[in-house]
Amino acid sequence: MGTSLTPEQITERLSEQFGDELSVHLPPGKSAAQVAIVSRESLEDALRFLQSEAGLEFDFLVDVTAVDYLHFDDPSIQERFAAVYQLYSTIHNHRFTLKTPVPEDDAWVPSAVELWGSALWAEREAHDMYGIRFKGNPDMRRLLMPEDFPGFPLRKDYPLRGRGERDAFPQYLDSGPISGGAGKEGGGG
Amino acid sequence: MSEKRKAPGMPADGAEQSPPETLGLELLRKGLAADPEYRGEHPEPRFFITDEAEDDFGGKTMTLNLGPQHPATHGTLRVILKVRGEKIVAADTEIGFLHTGFEKLSEHMSYQQWVTVTDRMNYMSAMNNNVGYAIACEELLGVEVPRRAQVIRVILSEFSRLADHIVCNGLAGMDVGAFSLMFWAFERREKVYDLMEAVTGTRLTTSYTRIGGVFRDVPADFDPMVKNLVTEFRRFLEEMRSMTLGNRIFEDRMRGVGIISSADAVNWGLTGPILRASGIAYDVRKARPYSGYERYDFEVPTQEGGDSYSRFVQRLEECEQSLDIISQAIEDLPEGPVLSEDKKISLPEKDEVHQNIESLIHHFKQIMFGHGILPERGREVYSSTESPNGELGFYMVSDGEMNSYKTRVRPPSIFHFAVLPKLIEGLMISDAVAVLATLNVIAGELDR
Repeated sequence: MGTSLTPEQITERLSEQFGDELSVHLPPGKSAAQVAIVSRESLEDALRFLQSEAGLEFDFLVDVTAVDYLHFDDPSIQERFAAVYQLYSTIHNHRFTLKTPVPEDDAWVPSAVELWGSALWAEREAHDMYGIRFKGNPDMRRLLMPEDFPGFPLRKDYPLRGRGERDAFPQYLDSGPISGGAGKEGGGG
Repeated sequence: MSEKRKAPGMPADGAEQSPPETLGLELLRKGLAADPEYRGEHPEPRFFITDEAEDDFGGKTMTLNLGPQHPATHGTLRVILKVRGEKIVAADTEIGFLHTGFEKLSEHMSYQQWVTVTDRMNYMSAMNNNVGYAIACEELLGVEVPRRAQVIRVILSEFSRLADHIVCNGLAGMDVGAFSLMFWAFERREKVYDLMEAVTGTRLTTSYTRIGGVFRDVPADFDPMVKNLVTEFRRFLEEMRSMTLGNRIFEDRMRGVGIISSADAVNWGLTGPILRASGIAYDVRKARPYSGYERYDFEVPTQEGGDSYSRFVQRLEECEQSLDIISQAIEDLPEGPVLSEDKKISLPEKDEVHQNIESLIHHFKQIMFGHGILPERGREVYSSTESPNGELGFYMVSDGEMNSYKTRVRPPSIFHFAVLPKLIEGLMISDAVAVLATLNVIAGELDR
């Protein structure tokens, strides 16, 4: 087992390489691990660097997810979405979080499938829930939602409650969406 | 490709369409959530059912659905097999039948309320989910948990792990013909549930942890109950070993199927017993100890084979380690409170609420809408624990409100199920059942 590095040391290594492309988010409070934020253009290089650089060697992509900052009141966050990568090294036993901002009107990020196989379904789920496209991922089918489902449920503007199946899948109704109260069929029996 | 067999989401033949590169962007600009036409992307699917004439096997293949309602899938999983005789030539999976929107719910429920939802994820070992979630929230808030609560959490989550492992092994036995194994395992799991009922009041959905500790102390006869159960379990594991290991039929079915190399296992994000059965000794309890796991003396067993048989043996060996941890923990159960004394985090005693104005105020502040537990704004954590299936992670972002801004559950099962098509292509249908059984995919955790 190699030497494990703190997130600060890993960020330092990254910023030597990427300079201005990298910024750091330090969450408030004690014992908070810092999060590195890298621009979308250099994300692919940053991930490749983290995977292959001696001393870092993140061989394990733990998770990929996204955050929708639509209702998040923080002027330092410029873009609506962020893709979040959790990395771990089984060689050095250290852990790192990398984030990249994703604009709303051009929501894509490069895929990490070529580097880690685990990105395949993790990215698929992030796409399914947030509508962020992962360019280069060979399988961008819906994962959890039905393939004809409209919308992306984990976006902040998607409501918690709807009117149910009939509202979500009007295409399966002969007469289109039902409006008003319950139907009157069966009332005469 | 005929119309009715067309891959879902593909545009109709001849229909004018933008190149795939720009189609998605156009829709995105229109605002996707409101656009009923957008169906996600379907570039070239890896495998979809095609006309007989189009395949390379002279029309002699057929398509077979394994699940979502098939006894061998143990949950609502759908595996689409393209078979030639008994041999699987291609496989694809479909999940989401149990998708419940737990992550969406977390954005509308308070931190304490969402503990009950975690039960429903891996329902085979609800306690491990409770503990994992509580630890994530405590990291988010920076709360200290009393030592007694930590030890109780360790004991109960190790029992939960035992129950999960033996039921998985029992069902794996059933799937390859050793039917009694399942009955034995379920009988033993009932004993674990008896203990859970005595401590938590419920058998399956425990909801036992609170942020800052556990919701009540263990009963007076906890110590003898635990010790009896440990003795029974040691005997039972011996029975399970003698019934399966060295059994000709069992070994023929399990050995050499679904082999995962150690490099693949890491690259594919596999964790838990499946990763360790491929030879990588990664265990969150050792790598980043939580709840005082560093105090206990235990091993991280590994196997070399990476096949179904190794995964079966791996779970048996992990059971032994769990029993060791429980034996050490029960000897070292300290006295003291089981819930954090910080009244901004934990609810006061009910008696106190009725007698004391301070406690009444604390109670109100906890329960009233817009109050309760309020982590600092902008704080975010990724916290992981070792659940029976592997690394169970919670990524949480707080905006300073009473409910989490974002909770992402990193379930181990989803990564395990993603590799299934790779593992079973080229095997027989009966082998696919033996592989699926030892992956221990739990639909509740897979779909959430």
